[in-house]
Amino acid sequence: MNEQHDSSSPQPYQQSKRDFLQYFLGGSVFAWMASVLYPVLAYLKPPKQAEVEVMSVKVGKLADIQPDTGQIVKFGTKPVILVRAGNGDLYAYAATCTHLDCTVQYRADMGLIWCACHNGKYDLNGRNVAGPPPRPLDEFRVVVQGDEVFVSKKT
Amino acid sequence: MTMLLRKLYTWIDERVQLRTLVEFLGKKYVPVHRHSVWYYFGGVSLFLFIIQVVTGILLLLYYKGSEELAFESIQFIMSKVSFGWLIRSIHSWTANLFILTAMIHMFSVYFEKAYRKPREVTWLTGMLMFFLALGFGFSGYLLPWNELAFFATKVGTDIAGIIPVIGKPIMVFLRGGEEVTGATLSRFFGFHVAVLPGAFTVLLGIHLLLVQRQGMSEPLGMEHAPPGEKKVMPFFPNFLLRDLLFWLIVLNLLAILAVFFPWELGKKADLFAPAPAGIKPEWYFLFMFQTLKYIPAQVWVVDGEILGIAVFSIAGILWTFIPFWDRKSARGEQNRFINYIGLFVVFYIILLTIVGWLA
Repeated sequence: MNEQHDSSSPQPYQQSKRDFLQYFLGGSVFAWMASVLYPVLAYLKPPKQAEVEVMSVKVGKLADIQPDTGQIVKFGTKPVILVRAGNGDLYAYAATCTHLDCTVQYRADMGLIWCACHNGKYDLNGRNVAGPPPRPLDEFRVVVQGDEVFVSKKT
Repeated sequence: MTMLLRKLYTWIDERVQLRTLVEFLGKKYVPVHRHSVWYYFGGVSLFLFIIQVVTGILLLLYYKGSEELAFESIQFIMSKVSFGWLIRSIHSWTANLFILTAMIHMFSVYFEKAYRKPREVTWLTGMLMFFLALGFGFSGYLLPWNELAFFATKVGTDIAGIIPVIGKPIMVFLRGGEEVTGATLSRFFGFHVAVLPGAFTVLLGIHLLLVQRQGMSEPLGMEHAPPGEKKVMPFFPNFLLRDLLFWLIVLNLLAILAVFFPWELGKKADLFAPAPAGIKPEWYFLFMFQTLKYIPAQVWVVDGEILGIAVFSIAGILWTFIPFWDRKSARGEQNRFINYIGLFVVFYIILLTIVGWLA
């Protein structure tokens, strides 16, 4: 009677042996999958490229920059827009629209900085005045030394 | 010759029982009713996909997927390679017609409620293929590395970046870095010619297998008509020949479009040039693009952009899973609500596409 009962249900030590094997095998499968997936997922993430941090860029001679025009300046890997207003004042902002990453341009007919992608507008103080942009353009500093114009990061 | 073919048939038949397949094809019937014309749009989408595979492989022979060479290699294809202009033009036109026929196919299935039980998985695989088709369009658009493509990719990937929490890593993954650069081009090239075709082929296989297994869906109410009143047409050869005739017409249309309206290449992308005035995405993204223009920067406390993307995502998810929440059609009852939603979506897309086009 007692023996019959034993044969139909495993004894406690057999159960724990089975549990151990299940955890062991399950854990192995998991570890195996992780060791395959982790390198693949890590591979998908592009590595950080060493970038020389640019603090200041020379644009050119002041006399060459016409009033009421704008131009894109290469600031390291990022575009910066330099605008010379009708009255001769110089302004510089990150040329990347705060809306969806397009590059902005100066529109003399509007007297505004304009983004062609979704019709976003900024005034010459970089403030988002119309359209979808959610915040002002990041400001850069314009320095005139002698007759040379420099654009530099605001610190 | 016939002797040889017969021998070949017997040879294969002895090994894989070809006879059962031939019998199956012989007994395949297509329902005939006043909505039968929509049946052809699935087939023609398949035809256009095949054209894309063939012309895509041809373009691969000369295309170079790098920032310095991509634009120039397409210039080379279009000016130096014999019929290169034709192959590229057909590939571009077919891409657009493919999205169009797939859309017509999708809407016809939607309005016929052909997604209802037992064809939920067919609809689901079809929707996934449609999203992949948009991915094909988006990734392929960048490959010529021209000005329009560059900004379209900047905007498109930036939209992905707006999604809270997971958005930023997705954007970096898609771009291969923080910005759209040559690294993005390499990734998109890989997606376009390897990842997407592979996934698409698997889904297409399931989709076609289900269509063969379950047969064509019939309009609601026709299912229970007495067998004598149902009109059918043998698939082979009657329906197949009609299919082929339509394919031939589409092929001619493609040739006309490719020859008389060759696809432009535009200006090479300049990472330091402002976005050109009048920039627009491809027509099938235009309605979303136009909507984004109208949403103000802030709606109550939510960013306008996040709101727009959330609404489109939720709508897309609901649309994809319609067989699982439209219980009425599943029971074989008419569901007018579904028609109203569908009509609204169709009119919305058409209206905003036209407005976006004219703007």
